[in-house]
Amino acid sequence: MNTVADNSMQSSAEGQKSLRNEPPSGYALELRDLRKSFGKTEIIRGANLAVQAGERVGIIGPNGAGKSTLFNLISGRFEPTSGDVLLNGHRINGKKPFEINRLGLSRSFQITNIFPKLSVFENLRCGVLWSLGYKYSFWHFLADLDDANDRAEELMDRIHLHKKRDVLAMNLTYAEQRALEIGITIAGGANVILLDEPTAGMSKSETKRFIELIREVTEGKTLLTVEHDMGVVFGLADKIAVVVYGEVIAFDTPEAVRANARVQEAYLGSVLAEAQAAGH
Amino acid sequence: MSSKTHYEFKPLNVGRWIIWGLFSLLMVVAPLMFTSSLSHTMLSQMGIAIIVCLSYNMLLGQGGMLSFGHAVYSGMGSFLAIHTLNNVSNGEWALPVSLIPIVGGLAAAAFAVVFGWVTTKKAATPFAMITLGVGELVWAMSLMFPEFFGGEGGITGDRVTGSKPFGITYGPQIQLYYLIAAYTFVCTVLMFAFTRTPLGRMLNAVRDNPERVEFVGYNTQMVRYIAFIVAGFFAGVSGGLAALNFEIVTSEVVSAHRSGAYLLFTFLGGATFFFGPILGGILMVLAFVLLSELTKAWLLYLGLVFLFMVMYAPGGVSSLIMMNLRVASFGFLRRIWASYLALAGTSFVILVGAGAMIEMVYHLQLNAALGNELRFMGATLNAKGLNSWFGAAFVLLTGIALFELTRRQFLKDWGEVQVDIEKEIKRREAL
Repeated sequence: MNTVADNSMQSSAEGQKSLRNEPPSGYALELRDLRKSFGKTEIIRGANLAVQAGERVGIIGPNGAGKSTLFNLISGRFEPTSGDVLLNGHRINGKKPFEINRLGLSRSFQITNIFPKLSVFENLRCGVLWSLGYKYSFWHFLADLDDANDRAEELMDRIHLHKKRDVLAMNLTYAEQRALEIGITIAGGANVILLDEPTAGMSKSETKRFIELIREVTEGKTLLTVEHDMGVVFGLADKIAVVVYGEVIAFDTPEAVRANARVQEAYLGSVLAEAQAAGH
Repeated sequence: MSSKTHYEFKPLNVGRWIIWGLFSLLMVVAPLMFTSSLSHTMLSQMGIAIIVCLSYNMLLGQGGMLSFGHAVYSGMGSFLAIHTLNNVSNGEWALPVSLIPIVGGLAAAAFAVVFGWVTTKKAATPFAMITLGVGELVWAMSLMFPEFFGGEGGITGDRVTGSKPFGITYGPQIQLYYLIAAYTFVCTVLMFAFTRTPLGRMLNAVRDNPERVEFVGYNTQMVRYIAFIVAGFFAGVSGGLAALNFEIVTSEVVSAHRSGAYLLFTFLGGATFFFGPILGGILMVLAFVLLSELTKAWLLYLGLVFLFMVMYAPGGVSSLIMMNLRVASFGFLRRIWASYLALAGTSFVILVGAGAMIEMVYHLQLNAALGNELRFMGATLNAKGLNSWFGAAFVLLTGIALFELTRRQFLKDWGEVQVDIEKEIKRREAL
């Protein structure tokens, strides 16, 4: 079943395939002097970041530093005031969310953002339809789309919701809804994934399992996560980007970030000590 | 590929074949059971109403688009169809009369391509506002261009024209009925099929959470736009059938009045289930033809019913049916039918009281010249008599009080039944 789904993914997602095969010299995601103002208030003040394909980046920073705004700029929810966002070398600032998604970037939301009145299976199938090239078709029956159905089934297995296949999303538990949110996010096969506080509101044990899940399902993809839980960040990320006051003040391996004096000064001291004490 | 059995829809689904079979059978035998010319007229109108209510529900129920201007598309379909019919009669065009509804559909779809582009730029409340605006615009145009819209008298046509294959002239109402029935069946199948397609499903997703849809690669505006055009097409087919049925089209068909009726009856039938608007269409014809014969105050009664449904059963008749079928499938219906009887009884008392007062008011307003006395449900009321008013008010208040009591009892029983159903589901899952 997996192989069938994978083949069909490759054959029908030509656009994404060509992006995937770009030379490794290019960055998967690059921010160049990105700025965003709301009225007179500048929230993002010249953010620079260059993420290699396949890297897992944790974005940390104090409340109100602009982490979520950064995600909204990258994913097209907001338009930057100035500066550039490059996805696989293509400039994407000013593009609509659906255009950016079609170029291979997908995101989840801090506040659960699913289709409450559709079943788990339907939620996931909605996530795969575009990437398989069905677009606005009203001349195919959903039931006949073996590739889409198999892919949705496979996703359901991967996020461990196969037992809830026909349950309406609004009737799931909170943790299940968060898992479904991740499922929808990875459904289209995007190679750059943004997760905005994926474990927000979860219990400790749920968080632990959930991090495992995220690690599994984003294997081989470029991943950016906003997280408040330092344990999560240091457990999941290859590199850490520290956002303070609308700027990326450090972007390096977890160890280097810990040692970074500027980070210590600006923000991390207390929080980091906590994380180290917790054994990370 | 072993796990294919659990997909929800296959063309060879036995249950579905039975339902569609019964649906078509019902349409075939209905005019044989009800043979009066009134019932043939009504059945024809029901077919037309079913198509247009289903098309309206593509927007309302499936897409979450509250349109106040759907009559624009059914109405433009009617006008283009009647003009086409007249061109066929003149001998200018050679087109079978049976295909004219499709002309209406294509014309309406073309209008939807133009107007819909503006309309579907927005969703939710702005969408509703724009549909209202477009509706007013077309209504104003209908007064400005009497050549096309026929002015006060409307445009008339004669459907007995063109080629007559197998001697079918569409002269007798029964022949036209079967044409309408065929269209109703095909359109219903097509609109149901639409709900099972990628676009149909994404339309539900756009209804539920448009923002998320944008982040899975779909342009929500395009989803709404295409659905709007498809809905416009079916509305136009219905309009074309109406043009053939009445052989006259007046500007009333594009009015806000008409749009409001589509909204009201689609809602009454129920927007949450596919078959809801079918019931809505049937109710629409019953109300327009029978209720309006029964009493002059029919619009007032209709308004009251609508009010009650919005407040107590926002899912419409179809959701009431489905909820009770669910209860019945667990075998619990016998536990609530007593409270149903009580509800029906007390509702009837309210209806008698309120009806008497409404009829007396209407009598005073419209028929005062005939004297003060009127007949109501076998009793003679005096519209200016204290006794009649006091009696009616007494019946009404008693009815309301009893209704409230029975309603509370019913809610209690209903709640208990729901709890037991949940328990039963859990028990079956555990097995």
